[in-house]
Amino acid sequence: MANKLIKQMGLPNSIANIFTARNIITAKDALSLTEFELMEQLDVGMAEVKSAMAHISEVVCPPCQTALLLMEQRVRDERSAGHLPTRLRGLDEALCGGIPFGVVTELVGPAGIGKTQFCLKLSLLASLPENCGGLDGRVIYIDVESKFSSTRLIQIGIENFPEIFLKKGMAQEMAGRIVILRPTSLSEFTESLHHVQVSLLQKQVKLLIIDSMAALVLGEHDCGASRQQALGWHVSFIKSLAEFSRIPIVVTNQVRSQIGDEPLTFSFQVRSHSIKKEDRAAYDSHLVAALGINWAHAVTIRLVLEARSGQRFIKLAKSPISPPLAFPFNITSSGLVLLDDDGIEMKGSEINTIHCQGQKALFNSEW
Amino acid sequence: MEVGMLPISASKRGKLLAAGYTSLHSISRASASQLATDIEVSEDEACEIRKYASQTSALDRSIGNSSNTSNLYGGQTAWTMLNEEKFSTRITTSCVDLDNILGGGITCKEVTELGGVPGIGKTQIGIQLAVNVQIPLEYGGLGGKAIYIDTEGSFMVERVLQIAEACIEDMPEYSHHFHNNVQDCEVKMHPNSILENIFYFRVCSYTEQIALVNYLDKFIEEHKDVKIIIIDSVTFHFRQDFDDMALRTRLLNEMALKLMKLARKFCLAVVLLNQVTTKYIEGSYQLTLALGDSWSHSCTNRIILFWNGDERHAYIDKSPSLKSASAAYSVTTRGIRNSNSSCKRIKMV
Repeated sequence: MANKLIKQMGLPNSIANIFTARNIITAKDALSLTEFELMEQLDVGMAEVKSAMAHISEVVCPPCQTALLLMEQRVRDERSAGHLPTRLRGLDEALCGGIPFGVVTELVGPAGIGKTQFCLKLSLLASLPENCGGLDGRVIYIDVESKFSSTRLIQIGIENFPEIFLKKGMAQEMAGRIVILRPTSLSEFTESLHHVQVSLLQKQVKLLIIDSMAALVLGEHDCGASRQQALGWHVSFIKSLAEFSRIPIVVTNQVRSQIGDEPLTFSFQVRSHSIKKEDRAAYDSHLVAALGINWAHAVTIRLVLEARSGQRFIKLAKSPISPPLAFPFNITSSGLVLLDDDGIEMKGSEINTIHCQGQKALFNSEW
Repeated sequence: MEVGMLPISASKRGKLLAAGYTSLHSISRASASQLATDIEVSEDEACEIRKYASQTSALDRSIGNSSNTSNLYGGQTAWTMLNEEKFSTRITTSCVDLDNILGGGITCKEVTELGGVPGIGKTQIGIQLAVNVQIPLEYGGLGGKAIYIDTEGSFMVERVLQIAEACIEDMPEYSHHFHNNVQDCEVKMHPNSILENIFYFRVCSYTEQIALVNYLDKFIEEHKDVKIIIIDSVTFHFRQDFDDMALRTRLLNEMALKLMKLARKFCLAVVLLNQVTTKYIEGSYQLTLALGDSWSHSCTNRIILFWNGDERHAYIDKSPSLKSASAAYSVTTRGIRNSNSSCKRIKMV
């Protein structure tokens, strides 16, 4: 849309030629200048600039829909009204059906908590035929840290869907729908993304998993500004990919320790200088999600996986459709299993802090 | 130079100055044909230039004339504005405490900016306002439509439906507050009609965002019952890979001015949702709203949403008419509501 050529927009020839003569070729060039600047550059009066810009804006502007139309479209055209069921009842209910299409869902948590396990299960679910609750499509799994285990994938499949996976040839077909890419650098990843964009349209790709985003970005740049810029481009690209192809995109993220003891506040907030004694005990491992606050704004749904006193929890830390609930879970041979489908509602700072207590419990677990 | 104020092309201005027309008075004194020959333009163009010159000089003259102040070119007296402000309509946020610090709700004819950390409820407030603007007049609402401009893809129709249904169920409470006769108001709305009155635009780049703001003038002319424009969020596309910061500031300023013009022209409310960033102030990192210092001047009102312990609070950071105060609110399955701690008081709404 932004790269549409001005001469193809149906403007009167006289003004269209002036634009071309001054090297303003695409709509983006024209809209990146203020009206006053255009007046100076094109050497025409304000009235003409205004009417030309009104015409260009109308052409470039996105189409109007009503919320009702959107809802009817989703219900009619998409599986489960645009959600990928995770088969974890509590989570699916909270998310109005499952991982939503068209947006980026983030899984963040400390190492070994179960993010990759969850991703394996999701890729399996997406490849299943529709009568079993799947999306009957291909999955692209971008595996940066080489954590993908096909053996484990098949094991999860057999445990959860024995009737499909023990049938002859089905395991091969299901596993054959999952394509694994292993980029080793950010530039390779960028290239893979472009290929993914092409194949999304041609083939029946129904899910994209990036495991993990943090490993790609954090390994590359050491200084803050260039990393933010690189990340910025990828964020927009991935979001628009999700949007146009209406598929769910799941991205995993790492954690890092928080700088300083106190959380960030606004300038008008009074900082409490007396920290209660009980809080001190909780400070032994205070972690936050990596990739910064810009990334935190960009993802639509954030699922935080953490461990508190030896029990693992999956929390809906950010979601426009659900309250902030935490569900206790375990990892078994069949993947992630929720221990309680009702969930506990969290408040305030609990929502975004990530605990990693009871570390021994993590290493002693089966997976 | 006075001639520099005319909204004509730079070359024409140059020609006027070269031909000796240094003041607006001299331009309006000359006849159109004389002007046309002197600066070598057509007679029509010369007439236009004279028209611009006389308009601008009329403005200069009346500034000196104190008895004729009410007919100042496009101006209004403070007294007439006072009457307007008293009756200016507001859109409720469904949370009494929040409405109270806002003086009744989000004001029409003004641009209000709401910013906060991820997950604080900005999109929730946006959706709640898009639904609340449709509350019928009998219940104290505006009975208008909403434009929702989504730049991040966080507009989830399931949530809008939830909030719409809850608003319809809670509607009798609004009529109580408005001291109306409940028996006469059996206006039963259907959630689908609420969804139908929300015009949704999905914007994927800053170019589209600017184009859309330009196009809104024409769109609202055709849909005069739009009473609120929500942009969620105004920041997103301006934060990703924008190298030229000076250009960004200029574009944002122009966009803010256009939105303010729309708000005044069509008497509607403009709500802009903003993100946060960290800034190194006075020796430590602090949170502040994104888009920089110039942007913070662009909006009329600025409200910051933040966590205060376990509760969500809204703080009026900047407003020409509202006092700096903070109020607690909560996000429930029914939408934005009063926070739990204030439920002990008698429920007004």
